[in-house]
Amino acid sequence: MSPTTAVVTGLGIVAPTGLGIEEHWQAVLAGKSGISRITRFDPSEYPTKLAGEVAGFTAKGRVPGRLIPQTDHWTHMALFAAESSLADAGVDPTELPEFEMAVVTSSSSGGTDFGQHEMERLYQNGPSWVGAYQSIAWFYAATTGQISIRHGMRGPCGVICAEQAGGLDAIGQARRLLRTQSQLVVTGGTDSSLCPYGLVAQLPTGLLSTSDSSDRAYLPFDTDAAGYVPGEGGAILVTERETTASARGLGKGYGTILGYAAGFDQSERTDRKPVLASVIRRALDDAQLNTADIDVVFADASADPKQDLVEAEAITEVFGARGVPVTAPKTLTGRLFGGGAPLDVATALLALRDGVIPFTAGPNRLANGIEIDLVLNTPREAQLRHALVLARGYGGFTAAMVVGKGDRAAS
Amino acid sequence: MSKFDLDDLRAIMRESAGVDEDIDLNGDIADIEFTELGYDSLAVLELASQVQRKYSVPIPDDAVHEMLTPRAAVDYINKQFSIAGV
Repeated sequence: MSPTTAVVTGLGIVAPTGLGIEEHWQAVLAGKSGISRITRFDPSEYPTKLAGEVAGFTAKGRVPGRLIPQTDHWTHMALFAAESSLADAGVDPTELPEFEMAVVTSSSSGGTDFGQHEMERLYQNGPSWVGAYQSIAWFYAATTGQISIRHGMRGPCGVICAEQAGGLDAIGQARRLLRTQSQLVVTGGTDSSLCPYGLVAQLPTGLLSTSDSSDRAYLPFDTDAAGYVPGEGGAILVTERETTASARGLGKGYGTILGYAAGFDQSERTDRKPVLASVIRRALDDAQLNTADIDVVFADASADPKQDLVEAEAITEVFGARGVPVTAPKTLTGRLFGGGAPLDVATALLALRDGVIPFTAGPNRLANGIEIDLVLNTPREAQLRHALVLARGYGGFTAAMVVGKGDRAAS
Repeated sequence: MSKFDLDDLRAIMRESAGVDEDIDLNGDIADIEFTELGYDSLAVLELASQVQRKYSVPIPDDAVHEMLTPRAAVDYINKQFSIAGV
């Protein structure tokens, strides 16, 4: 490990599976789903009626009162997760140089709920009724900005918008910053788009599940795969250099970010081969690891039959048929867009910590041509050293990340 | 008797920009700058816009530069009332 190796020292989780690390992790191991009928609005007029809502989350008491009316629900969740993550890492940002701390998050939807509310006021009452905070609350960078302001982190901050792949890109950027000018980067992301405007914006892709049955709605790699369920939430990670983490006695923390690569698929019309297999290989090269070093793959699991096949074929091309255990705990939360991959990374680190691969709840019969070892029905205990996390975003975004086991014990 | 007093402003401050748990808006805030109370220029802009809607009195956007403290805001708003003749 080099002195600038990125170590994950803190986790903050806000997910349909639970608030907080252990609540989420226990729900994942038990296969307890956070997917149910949408309650945020009446979904009966919409083709998609199920979602993974973070049922237990309210901003009051978890987010500074002044920030509640100024920011969207997605930012509320990230502010809470960032604060939890910093506390978990044992970091007091006031003791660190402000320009050596940065914030890089992913966001796919921005503040759609806030935006919808302000647009309703615009159309119903006129321009003077649109609140001043609309100017900053909807914006993709709002979460990064509010975390940065709140914790006095004035290093090179940014936001990455790459749909479901953006979460890995954000963590990849955090790792890059730790190698150069930053000693601590708050990263990961959340998303929340569970309002009519946010949902309708996704419908034209045709990739959303229209099933009414919460345990059969999101079935990646299955013969009955018919789209994904949207969800909200995500995870915020505190990443630090190995040297600073060690100096605080944290060692390798929850684990290390060892490899990252990204690519972009051409339009299907070009007949160009999807980039996923080559992105996986580059992530492994970046981590200086071989396929035999990877003990589990956290799949993107789009549940679009065509994209499932693309993903399974890429995994098989690199690892061989059923050559590595594959899992997709996101069937319990739905796809979380900018928050999805950070949550997968957090879950992967917990799997490495406890030596157990969570199972994929839902699928029971793999579709033709899917030759992967999908962990089903029950968690699988195993010696785990490294996990590969895959993320693919609508439009072609593709990313892969290799994480290594840390040395932090379960609390 | 002024049409708009500090308590009216307090109510709008709570509603428009939220309340910082560390700051007691009921206290003697009249001469404390908005920034010190945790209300940045965007918060004051929002506050002005709510006064405008609620009391149907025109408040131009650049008025925020004159409304640096709650007392200055109350004075400015009352001045606008008298200009508007309400």
